[in-house]
Amino acid sequence: MLAPSPEVARPTSRRRRPLLWFFVVRVLTGLATLLVVSVLVFAATEVLPGDAASAVLGKSATPDQVAKMRKLMGLDKPAVQRYGEWLGGILTGNLGDSAAGFASGSKAPIWPQIKDKLANSFILAAVVTLLMIPFSLALGVKAATRAGRPVDHAISTSSLAVVSLPEFVIGSLLIIVFFTWLNLLPPVSLLAPGESPLAHPRLLVLPALTLLAATLAGSTRMVRAGVIETMRSDYVRMAELNGLPKRRVVSRYALRNALAPAVQVFGQNIQYLVGGIIVVEYLFSYPGIGKELVDAVAIRDVREVQTIAILIAAFCIFINIVADFLVVLLVPKLRTASA
Amino acid sequence: MPEALRFLRSGTGGVGLVLLVLVVGLALIGPFFAPHALDEPIGLPYASPSSAAPLGTDELGRDVLSRVLWGGRSVLLLAGIATAIAYAAGLLVGLLAGYTRSLLDPILMRSADVLLSFPALLFLLVLVAGAGTSNAILVIGVAVIQFPQIARIIRSATLAQSTRGFVEAAVARGERTAAILRRELLPNIVGPISADLGLRFTYSIILVASLNFFGLGLQPPSSDWALMISENRSGLTLNPWSVLAPAVLIALLTIAVNMVGDAVARTQEQSALTVGRRS
Repeated sequence: MLAPSPEVARPTSRRRRPLLWFFVVRVLTGLATLLVVSVLVFAATEVLPGDAASAVLGKSATPDQVAKMRKLMGLDKPAVQRYGEWLGGILTGNLGDSAAGFASGSKAPIWPQIKDKLANSFILAAVVTLLMIPFSLALGVKAATRAGRPVDHAISTSSLAVVSLPEFVIGSLLIIVFFTWLNLLPPVSLLAPGESPLAHPRLLVLPALTLLAATLAGSTRMVRAGVIETMRSDYVRMAELNGLPKRRVVSRYALRNALAPAVQVFGQNIQYLVGGIIVVEYLFSYPGIGKELVDAVAIRDVREVQTIAILIAAFCIFINIVADFLVVLLVPKLRTASA
Repeated sequence: MPEALRFLRSGTGGVGLVLLVLVVGLALIGPFFAPHALDEPIGLPYASPSSAAPLGTDELGRDVLSRVLWGGRSVLLLAGIATAIAYAAGLLVGLLAGYTRSLLDPILMRSADVLLSFPALLFLLVLVAGAGTSNAILVIGVAVIQFPQIARIIRSATLAQSTRGFVEAAVARGERTAAILRRELLPNIVGPISADLGLRFTYSIILVASLNFFGLGLQPPSSDWALMISENRSGLTLNPWSVLAPAVLIALLTIAVNMVGDAVARTQEQSALTVGRRS
């Protein structure tokens, strides 16, 4: 119970609308982060030595060809102006043209190339997230309530082992088991252009399973730690002393409060999931945005890489804001606390 | 048992260390036992295991066993150098930021926030797109990703120590900042560093291996476990060993490093608790 502080008498806008204030600040910091990321991405792809025009033309290009390409791609303009045009384009919905398109002599806008792939990646991410949350809560709570016992030991040790594996190793091992040995599932997840992965659920199984294993291990460990922490708190002890059954203590008291850090962790883990998606899509040749990105890097199409990178970063930052906001809604304490 | 080896008491620590010695040993001295040359076809592509090639052959008919024996050095070396660079920079900046509490502090926090806001792999991919594939870019990229978080950990450990009596005594004696950082602070933050090191090294290995797997790190014909998986994927039905062997070795390596790191971190936590109780 907090003693009323003298400041309560003269509320500021910050005190009167803490939730709105929090939301505004969080969105602004998110936008600021994104702006910094956009500068980083642009600097890495256009300012570092290694010219975008010669990169896309390859080593055999003559200086004359490179000079023409530089003009065509607008590389003769100053870097600051190019950055402004690029960012302005993205903000107004014009994602620009791919460098590969310039190399083949015609303009190839990026958006039609990546539209379906974004949707495919989104479907994969959604399937994995929908499976991961209930599984990690169940396993984490199980391990936490049996802390130190064999069940906990089995869950904790196996998740420690899996959490340290690169996604492509998990995926390769799954392919060997489910394709080479059992011949149950396909080793690649190719789709014809325009086809939805949802029409071919079999193709989604191994990529989703790989990502699930990779993300489940980490999130289970976090949920376990969160529940153990709340189980030690005074109100949980109080509830136990009052003779409430253990199931009820866990579900009504511990889990609810452990959910807040868990949501935050899911939010923070989104970049591991997205990083994992890039690897898994490449491994299974799944036509998503991650595969598209790696292919664009391989042919050094910096224009497409820039655009995909900023879209992915924006998505991660957006999910983190949503997660933070959910946490505040979940924990009443944070809503009223004057921070 | 000496202080540094206390982590062996936990089961995972001992098992992890044995595994680690085996895998690193294989990676380091394996090349001396390779029966065939790295880059020379000895049979048909994806041939099944035979007496000449105990693990069969790869996509170009090269001996899988020889390539596996050669393929561990690169990832250990690149990830090791990247982690060392990140730690050297992280130590310097972290110590200074924690001790002087200067403007470095907020800069460090914000840059770590920015780097944590998107996947590390994305950063590496963008870097490679801009600067091309090379080992130097790979090492620098991984080090840049790891550096802010390392600096942050060292900064908070230094901050906690910098108000202790022996530091104030050194300041009162008029010692120079460099001497205080090296003699008074550094020895006292070894604990948090050793707890963090295993995790960092695992992460470096994963990042380096992933880039190699994309074919954007080491270039053929060099032999690397991750690159082998990528190259031989299409021959999985003919000779699964060409993928299974490197995959299992990377798995054992990262699991072993993480197990040792986790055991060291736990031992550190416990000893920090007991020290806290005693004082």
